[in-house]
Amino acid sequence: MTIMTYRQALHDTLRAEMLRDDNVFLMGEEIGVFEGSYKITAGLLKEFGEKRVRDTPIAEEGFAGAAIGAAMLGLRPVIEMMTINFSMLALDQIINHAAKIYGMFGGQASVPLVIRTPGGGGQQLGATHSQNIELFYAFVPGMKVVAPSSPADAKALLLAAIRDDDPVLFLENLALYNTKGEVPDDDTPAEIGRAAVTRPGKDLTLIGYSRMAHVAAEVAASLAETDGLDIEVVDLRSLRPLDRETIVASVRKTHAAVVLEDDWLTYGIGAEVAASISDGAFDYLDAPVRRVAMAEVPMPYSKTLETAALPSRDDVTVAIRQTLAAVGHRTAPLALGVPQS
Amino acid sequence: MATQARQRRSAVPQAAPGERHAQLRQFYRDMVLVRRFEERAARAYTEALIGGYCHLNLGEEAAVVGLMSALRPTDYLFTNYREHGYAIMRGIDPKRVMAELYGRVDGVSKGWGGSMHMFDVTHRLLGGYGIVGGQLPLATGAALAIDYRGGDEVVMCTLGDGTTAIGAFHESLNIAALWNLPIVFVIINNGLGMGTTVAKSSAEPELYKRGAAYRMESARVDGFDPLAVRDAAAAAVEAARGGRPYLLEVVTERLRGHSVVDPAKYRSAAEVERLKEEDPIRLLGAKLTADGALDPDAIAAIEEEVAAIVTAAADFAASSPSPDVSTLFDYTYATPVPNDSRRLPGQPLFEPLPASAALLPAPDPALGASA
Repeated sequence: MTIMTYRQALHDTLRAEMLRDDNVFLMGEEIGVFEGSYKITAGLLKEFGEKRVRDTPIAEEGFAGAAIGAAMLGLRPVIEMMTINFSMLALDQIINHAAKIYGMFGGQASVPLVIRTPGGGGQQLGATHSQNIELFYAFVPGMKVVAPSSPADAKALLLAAIRDDDPVLFLENLALYNTKGEVPDDDTPAEIGRAAVTRPGKDLTLIGYSRMAHVAAEVAASLAETDGLDIEVVDLRSLRPLDRETIVASVRKTHAAVVLEDDWLTYGIGAEVAASISDGAFDYLDAPVRRVAMAEVPMPYSKTLETAALPSRDDVTVAIRQTLAAVGHRTAPLALGVPQS
Repeated sequence: MATQARQRRSAVPQAAPGERHAQLRQFYRDMVLVRRFEERAARAYTEALIGGYCHLNLGEEAAVVGLMSALRPTDYLFTNYREHGYAIMRGIDPKRVMAELYGRVDGVSKGWGGSMHMFDVTHRLLGGYGIVGGQLPLATGAALAIDYRGGDEVVMCTLGDGTTAIGAFHESLNIAALWNLPIVFVIINNGLGMGTTVAKSSAEPELYKRGAAYRMESARVDGFDPLAVRDAAAAAVEAARGGRPYLLEVVTERLRGHSVVDPAKYRSAAEVERLKEEDPIRLLGAKLTADGALDPDAIAAIEEEVAAIVTAAADFAASSPSPDVSTLFDYTYATPVPNDSRRLPGQPLFEPLPASAALLPAPDPALGASA
């Protein structure tokens, strides 16, 4: 085990995979000379040269498509979309091509492509630079979408994504790059399609991914201390495939669920999780499934407004208390009343 | 359209007469094969044996055979949704092309692609693509992979005239030129994107001139002259093999509508009459006959041979089975992962609990049915 940042885990894993397999190469805007907008690829151009660390023109559709074509011939490109917002310029190539080629041609060509890209708001970047649109990709069969929340998962899921023969949207998060955690030294990939119970508990299931899995763990720890609550945390890790079994098994045990997402609520990933709980744990629920999600507005620049629009630890805490109140769960603070919103 | 026809020109000097005639007789035969195959496909479509969209190469036969003759078997082709003729001229058995049109397991794409999505790894046809211009970035990436590995293959990427207006055209040509990739972009300019003329969709209607924006060599060639097309394509392919990407414009005609179901009402009566005269197969047949390189018996023999191939293709397609429903989930992912959905529309995500009634004690008959 080594303690390192999420950023370092990504960097080291990219480097190790490039050393392991000559077919792995990087493409993206400003990843070489500039060393990446968020410095994930720092130093790699110097070490591997322009052939394997390729700065592209500002042409998301062009270079995403070129990566898909190169992958069809057996290379294993890892491309960086500077932020997930810019990936929308490459939607045709990702959704109409990367996700379709294996099926549309009867399994004759696979697309071993990784699209690394950070989502997330909270950096005062305004409406077009603060979105979480992983939902677009998670909606599409043929795509795989993973969203690590910890440095250890950043490594294990990136290993899995690079070694997988299908297109994988690898969701990073601006707010996670500097977070630290223990990272195993061996290179065992994670299993795409599996959620993880990161904290066992019995009172309520708190579900999140990416930054919100982090928030979930913090809130669970905090409520254990202040309220004596025993909350189970499920980190989705994989948005497609979605591990419904793990979600439902947890809710069948705890009988209550709060779903967190750093995204708009309506039609969101939380909606899919809530519907899955309804399908698989309807008779086990003691309270309606509650969702905590971003306010449904184009993200404002002003710090005051931006903070209000993003789901906070307090929002999550309130949602948990209200849900448990609906269950009739008896804890001292709850008996005093529940804030109305 | 008439203006455009006058702008056709051959880019490269032509071969010696004897060699020319032998090559042209082969081209004539191949063009007849594409023509009769497409006519059979149109018939099968009206018989509801083929579904979806169906875009035919009618009128583009000289372009198809000329271009395909310039490629080595190891070269790659990316093309669009009007690709049946290209598939056949890449060497794919017409039976497998027709079976794909019929949506059967023996189709080139196992019935998953249909008319717009023919694919064959062995013959290096890396796809017909149904989204206009979708193939351009992909083909550029295939050329990147060749360059990455130091191979000597070339990628040919065909596109329609309308495709030169999309962003991916600009992005792909720019990347190919910046990185000196081994790729030839070929614009099949039949003058019409569905019903919109080149003049109405492109500020520079001499489309090959767009190469200048990327310092890319480019040329325009008469798409009714298969030898001229072959020679121009060979020059382009040679440049690309040397790391100089190339833009070739092939000026041709679309004899029928955009697809089988398009009556092409946007065309004037005069234009329809002109197209009857300007049939590339009729023109080439007449020219070769006048030159003494073909005669009516030879033409009849070609028609007979081709008719047998096309009939065999249709028979094969009709007798090939439809894919089994049990294979529906076989091609979502190349690497299997847990929790991948294999649910049919009527199936629940989780096994439903037994009906509530089954959990209750049986009703007591003594109580009657009044409750």
